[in-house]
Amino acid sequence: MNLNGKKVTLHDMSLRDGMHAKRHQISLDQMVNVATAMDEAGMPLIEVTHGDGLGGRSLNYGFPAHSDEEYLSAVVPKMKNAKISALLLPGIGTVDHLKMAKDCGVSTIRVATHCTEADVSEQHIGMAAKMEMDTVGFLMMAHMVSPEKVLEQAKLMVGYGANCIYATDSAGYMLPDEVTAKIGLLRAELPSNIEVGFHGHHNMGMAIANSLAAIEAGASRIDGSVAGLGAGAGNTPLEVFCAVLDRMGVETGVDLYKIMDVAEDLIVPMMDQPIRVDRNALTLGYAGVYSSFLLFAERAEQKYGISARDILVELGRRGTVGGQEDMIEDLALTMAKEKGLI
Amino acid sequence: MSKKLKAVIIGPGNIGTDLLMKMQRSEWIEPVWMVGIDPESEGLKRAAEMGIKTCATGVDGILPHVIEDDIRVAFDATSAYVHAENSRKLNELGVIMIDLTPAAVGPFCVPPVNLADHAKNLEMNVNMVTCGGQATIPMVAAVSRVQPVEYGEIIATVSSRSVGPGTRQNIDEFTRTTAGAVEKVGGAKEGKAIIIINPAEPPLMMRDTIHCLTESEPDQAAITESVHAMVKEVQKYVPGYTLVNGPIFDGNKVSCFMQVEGLGDFLPKYAGNLDIMTAAGLRTAEMFAEEAANGTITLPARG
Repeated sequence: MNLNGKKVTLHDMSLRDGMHAKRHQISLDQMVNVATAMDEAGMPLIEVTHGDGLGGRSLNYGFPAHSDEEYLSAVVPKMKNAKISALLLPGIGTVDHLKMAKDCGVSTIRVATHCTEADVSEQHIGMAAKMEMDTVGFLMMAHMVSPEKVLEQAKLMVGYGANCIYATDSAGYMLPDEVTAKIGLLRAELPSNIEVGFHGHHNMGMAIANSLAAIEAGASRIDGSVAGLGAGAGNTPLEVFCAVLDRMGVETGVDLYKIMDVAEDLIVPMMDQPIRVDRNALTLGYAGVYSSFLLFAERAEQKYGISARDILVELGRRGTVGGQEDMIEDLALTMAKEKGLI
Repeated sequence: MSKKLKAVIIGPGNIGTDLLMKMQRSEWIEPVWMVGIDPESEGLKRAAEMGIKTCATGVDGILPHVIEDDIRVAFDATSAYVHAENSRKLNELGVIMIDLTPAAVGPFCVPPVNLADHAKNLEMNVNMVTCGGQATIPMVAAVSRVQPVEYGEIIATVSSRSVGPGTRQNIDEFTRTTAGAVEKVGGAKEGKAIIIINPAEPPLMMRDTIHCLTESEPDQAAITESVHAMVKEVQKYVPGYTLVNGPIFDGNKVSCFMQVEGLGDFLPKYAGNLDIMTAAGLRTAEMFAEEAANGTITLPARG
């Protein structure tokens, strides 16, 4: 694979996707310290939001330690060069949250929908584009449909005003050939001024390989998280990815040793549990299940005595999509009743 | 004189047609007119085949017939944008408006919780909240009538096929309106609503999760009894309304997991979200008719 001379924009997820792994309990000091250190290391774009996006504060997904507004107001003014992004899932957050984020100084809005439901994003993408923000359409669980379907939905988002489209491997299910096909078709068919991005999860151990495939197929933005702090087995570990890209001659603008130090000295000590491809995280990737279901399934196992793996496999079989965390306890209750445990 | 109130349905789409089919079985409401804006629309043709009068020139087209046909109730299944005008014109002629759009001009109505009050007060415009609201607010109210609820949250999961373009283009309206009604009708101090659209095939049944945080330790026995009683109330007009799991208690959190299967009149059974709207709308009109027949309320006088 020859990527020599290519340029990519890395986008850190540890303070948003990492919120899932931290049960949304990252402190304001941790947010500011990590973001400041990443800024210093040259990370161009950093996402700061509840794991489930603006307005994600809920019993369903978890009450965060602080509101999105508090996190954003604390982090944005401290940035010297890095830009801050926020995630928004229509159906959870609204344009009111979007305006709040803009007022806090957020420059990039990423509007996320399931890969077949892009038409719920019209008002949010439209509003962000109208406010002249860097506006990203984020198609989640993109492994569930064909490249042609991803393209069809991407075109809707572009029509609403998005200037960048992501194919998102929310379940960490994809293998490199699939990434090549999906990113390749988006790059070939979308106008050249529309950027293409890829967001991976490491559940099958493929995050680095998939991200390289995405760059080769034309992606210019790659998500990852320093030390892999993210849902499931985490996102593409950015310090590792930086080292790989450095050896392949890809420009990122990130200082490798500094980002290695952020990973080792700041983020790993924050982790409540090792973030690795363990049995349940691997099940997410293997069964094609939304990565943030991991800790919920493990809690249901503790509470009702049903194996997290069995719960996750059944959720995959049912075609569960992102945001359906409530179905985990519901399913565990039903399975426990069937087994006569309750 | 027949005890039935004569009705007009505005909007011959999926909701309007399903409503018409349910109304043809009603002992209290008689469908007379279906109103649309496109003479070629499938919905108007269907309505004509089902034997009711049709009008393709919008609400203005039926205004001259309201008095002569003694129309007493209207169901608006169009959009929030045109509802206010539709309502004003028909209210002026003494027609009670049941609003199935998210316009929320009148007070929210969730039948087992507050319909009786609206009927007694002869509210001339009542709003049916949202599908997610109809499916969940009874459960929030079932908890809040036992003890104060500090926070109520609902998650509605619906099949992709059952969500029309209107809802999709303005999904924020769903979350805002539903959250507002969780507070105003459900009785929670703070309300939150989430909607998830799932494209699985075959389409999944509507699923709803309701979480309440009670201010003090929940009275498990009283809440459980209240929830089961409320489920029975909803089942009177939506027989496929089922408590799948719960109430489950975890500290001060009370959780109920519901499934809503529709009757499968015009809309498929999986579209319980649409069915619960049409059933609740019709139930509302029926209560007005019952109260009028009992003499509890007096409908606007007509020469």
